[in-house]
Amino acid sequence: MAAEPASIRPSRFWWNTGMKILQDTGHLFRVAAVFLVGFVAFLVLRSLLVPRSFGRYGHYRANAITEIAALPVHYAGHQVCEGCHTDVLDVKSKGVHKGVACESCHGPLAAHADDPAAVTPAKLDTRILCARCHQENLAKPKDFPQVNAPEHSSGAACNTCHQPHSPAMNVGVAQ
Amino acid sequence: MTMTRRQLLILLPAAAIAWDSILAGTPEASPNYEMAEHWWAMLIDITKCIGCGSCVRACQLENQVPDGYYRTWVERYHIADWEMEYPKVDSPDGGKNGFPPAKEAGGKNFFVPKLCNHCADSPCTQVCPVGATFISPDGVVLVDQKYCLGCRYCVQACPYGCRFINPQTNTANKCTLCYHRITKGLTTACCEVCPTGTRQLANLKDPKDPIHEFLRTHSVQVLKPQMATHSKCFYNGLDGSVR
Repeated sequence: MAAEPASIRPSRFWWNTGMKILQDTGHLFRVAAVFLVGFVAFLVLRSLLVPRSFGRYGHYRANAITEIAALPVHYAGHQVCEGCHTDVLDVKSKGVHKGVACESCHGPLAAHADDPAAVTPAKLDTRILCARCHQENLAKPKDFPQVNAPEHSSGAACNTCHQPHSPAMNVGVAQ
Repeated sequence: MTMTRRQLLILLPAAAIAWDSILAGTPEASPNYEMAEHWWAMLIDITKCIGCGSCVRACQLENQVPDGYYRTWVERYHIADWEMEYPKVDSPDGGKNGFPPAKEAGGKNFFVPKLCNHCADSPCTQVCPVGATFISPDGVVLVDQKYCLGCRYCVQACPYGCRFINPQTNTANKCTLCYHRITKGLTTACCEVCPTGTRQLANLKDPKDPIHEFLRTHSVQVLKPQMATHSKCFYNGLDGSVR
């Protein structure tokens, strides 16, 4: 190989070397461009697919909270019942059942509270209803009033003698 | 279906607005409720529980829980004598229809109502791979039914067995502490119907809540304290045999 002419200037030498490096690195720029396009596509897709409320309070969708809070209510709550049935409240508040909520026995009645004419509460069988709480059982607290229901009433309904809203005997007989 | 350029140009903004509303989600359901003012808990007084199962029935009706699955349930414990490590526990149908007479006379017998403990450091929310279950800013452990994959990690992680896979949706399901009720100023369905006041919903951030006085004056315990879950279901009169 012939020797380089001594007349070549140093600046020309650096120019040639620089061009040679760029010539071999073109593919790197293409790869970088592909990655950049992919990253931008990822950012665009992510902004489209991740719900906006995700991450507002933590690593979850904050709107899930409002969705759960918006579920329908079935038990109206005794305050709603007491708004209309003041006569029952008067009886109940004097007896031992004053702490028992209306829907504890009568079942979920938010639909009745919303439209009292369309939805009416079912008639209850006190033989089943009262026994749910007052049927005797060893595991119940000793100071809780308990009876062996079939033996206690000989098959008669409990409300023959007891007024369920205020079940002490003297109140029940007077009804 | 063919579409002119004009039709497409009209449709595209409409589709963009629709997609935008999907991303934005539902608006606030209870505007008067302030999450920052609440840190929900429950007080359960075992000495008052009569095992009537009203809570289990109410929970099922309020939250449409499928038959055979329970967000809350009642257990009956029987400890013959000194063998506290071997309690006999039964819970027929979750205690929904009450309990039959005890098989063995004597010993110690009592009921324990159970539900999600709404732990402040809950293992179940930590294992979720997709962010579908979380502790809300007011301290309730909830499941995002739209995000849940049904992978069951959380069901295994709960030390209290409070989660299940809903067979209708194939997603994880659990007690929400009646979040749709407590955010509207009501109490939970189980607390509402409890005839003896065994269960009481409590807001720990409210200094006037009676729970503070109760916690000061009673020997209160949580379930499995060794799990360090910081459970927020406080049990009064909890026997050492209960797990």
